[in-house]
Amino acid sequence: MSSSDQEQSLRRRLSGLSRLPLLRGTRLDGEAQRLERQLERLQEDTNDEAIWRSVELARHPDRPYTLDYVARFLDDWVELHGDRGRADDGALITGLGSLRGRTVALIGHQKGRDVKERLDRQFGMAYPEGYHKAMRVLEIAERFGFPVISLVDTPGAYPGVAAEQHGQGGAIARSQAEMARLTVPTVACIIGEGGSGGAVAIAVSDRVLMQENAIYSVITPEGCAAILWRDAAEAKKAAAAFKPDALHCLDLGVIDGIVAEPAGGAQSDHDEAARLLADALAGSLESLEDTPGEELRRRRRAKFRGMGVFA
Amino acid sequence: MPEARIDVQVEHKHAPPPTDKKHPNTCPKCGSHYRDDELASALWVCAHCGHHYAMRARARIAWYADAGTFVEEATGVRSDDPLEFFDLRPYVERLSEAELNTGLGEAIVVGRAAIDGHDVELAVMDFSFMGGSMGGAVGEKFSRACDSAIERGVPLLTVTSSGGARMQEGILSLMQLPKTVCAVEDLHDARLPMVVVMAHPTTAGVLASFASLGDVTIAEPGALIAFTGPRVVQQTTREKLPDDFGLAEQNLRFGHLDAIVPRPEQRAYLARLLRLFA
Repeated sequence: MSSSDQEQSLRRRLSGLSRLPLLRGTRLDGEAQRLERQLERLQEDTNDEAIWRSVELARHPDRPYTLDYVARFLDDWVELHGDRGRADDGALITGLGSLRGRTVALIGHQKGRDVKERLDRQFGMAYPEGYHKAMRVLEIAERFGFPVISLVDTPGAYPGVAAEQHGQGGAIARSQAEMARLTVPTVACIIGEGGSGGAVAIAVSDRVLMQENAIYSVITPEGCAAILWRDAAEAKKAAAAFKPDALHCLDLGVIDGIVAEPAGGAQSDHDEAARLLADALAGSLESLEDTPGEELRRRRRAKFRGMGVFA
Repeated sequence: MPEARIDVQVEHKHAPPPTDKKHPNTCPKCGSHYRDDELASALWVCAHCGHHYAMRARARIAWYADAGTFVEEATGVRSDDPLEFFDLRPYVERLSEAELNTGLGEAIVVGRAAIDGHDVELAVMDFSFMGGSMGGAVGEKFSRACDSAIERGVPLLTVTSSGGARMQEGILSLMQLPKTVCAVEDLHDARLPMVVVMAHPTTAGVLASFASLGDVTIAEPGALIAFTGPRVVQQTTREKLPDDFGLAEQNLRFGHLDAIVPRPEQRAYLARLLRLFA
């Protein structure tokens, strides 16, 4: 449907609504007003292109991944492997390192650079084993008082038979619960794609940041288009409708801040992107330093419990 | 004598495509058909093959709760349209339609009740309201149910039936995952139990949040319980799916459930649990 078709159908609905005497005074009244506002907005047709540019940059094949950042801003990096139960998931890496002289625990999704690595790491889509590994490292962080950094970059949790059999939904739920229980400072940054449950599983943090060109969404634009428009090719339209870009996420109160990227996007200068990201992460952790653990947890839960809009 | 038949078949130029849609009272598994009152008195379970039809939230509450004990809460919480979302139709239009069709304000009904004399808080989802999808209003109502349980010091009984997060609220519906998880954590900190009954289907965002955090988790027979449904798994990975992929029976085998309890036995099962936790 082109935007003029959309406009026409809106107008049709609007005139239909105003002729409904039965339901005046109920929700439909508000609906009529909203339809009018949507019409105005359609005519402006503001920054849909900018949103799609974010989607493309967030998935840029040269964009720095978690390990690129780790190599640039963590000293003494020790990667921790395996969930102690079943496997080691390459799509979600965990470890300990030192950020500007302070030991931190880091968990992050990792996509692959070449074809083989991409397959090995399932394109950054973690199995339940990945989230089990993350929970294991969160426990270490809690026990030793290490702040936790999460770097989110995944199209979503892996959608496979084994992943379901191993309890994908439960793993994502329990990973969030674990993060909601921590009494150490936590900061998350979406560094590429923040896709759905697989992303939020490691992003229940005191501070949630997003890089300028990252996206954070409930479903991939293609998935949304396939369900609501019944055509995956309408991804651009879907993205414009659900607004996964950093500015809108900030506007909706989902994130606490936006991290700048080098001109043209993070892929153009990995070193500069890492410096900017390290500054933001260190700054966030510093601002949380003096808050007692119980208070951190209370505020974190209050923050997430305040999210969402209802009438 | 072989009769000479006149072919009276009319060929429709624009014949509607043949549909395999059955009457909602026809059992999709064995084809048995029931009157409304037959289904209601059998708790919407097929008397012939045991298939569990969808059960509306209010009917389920009436079945679980002691007569006259249910007091609904948070009735004023309704969905809003933060993104002014428009796909093929405006989100507000879909909401109005769902309200008119279901007689519900949202996809979840919460409130206080007693089961077999035990005070509980109930949070029961209804799949017929936009596929039981979780947006801001569902997240808020569930969270308030947790708070109400904490305030009264009673267990929370949750019945889930949902296709996942409500896409029309975009990222804010994803945020209902951590929101409801935090609410359950508050409940757990108060040392109060949550019992979850998973009805068909319990998928995606709801499975990946509060539905998976019950102290005791049971499911109805044949319920689909999956983070990613069979169609998407098939399309994305081209894997061969096992016959019972994602069904309650498979989830029980893999250790994700405590039991599969047929609907007619659930009330007694829940009463037994409530006695143990009391």
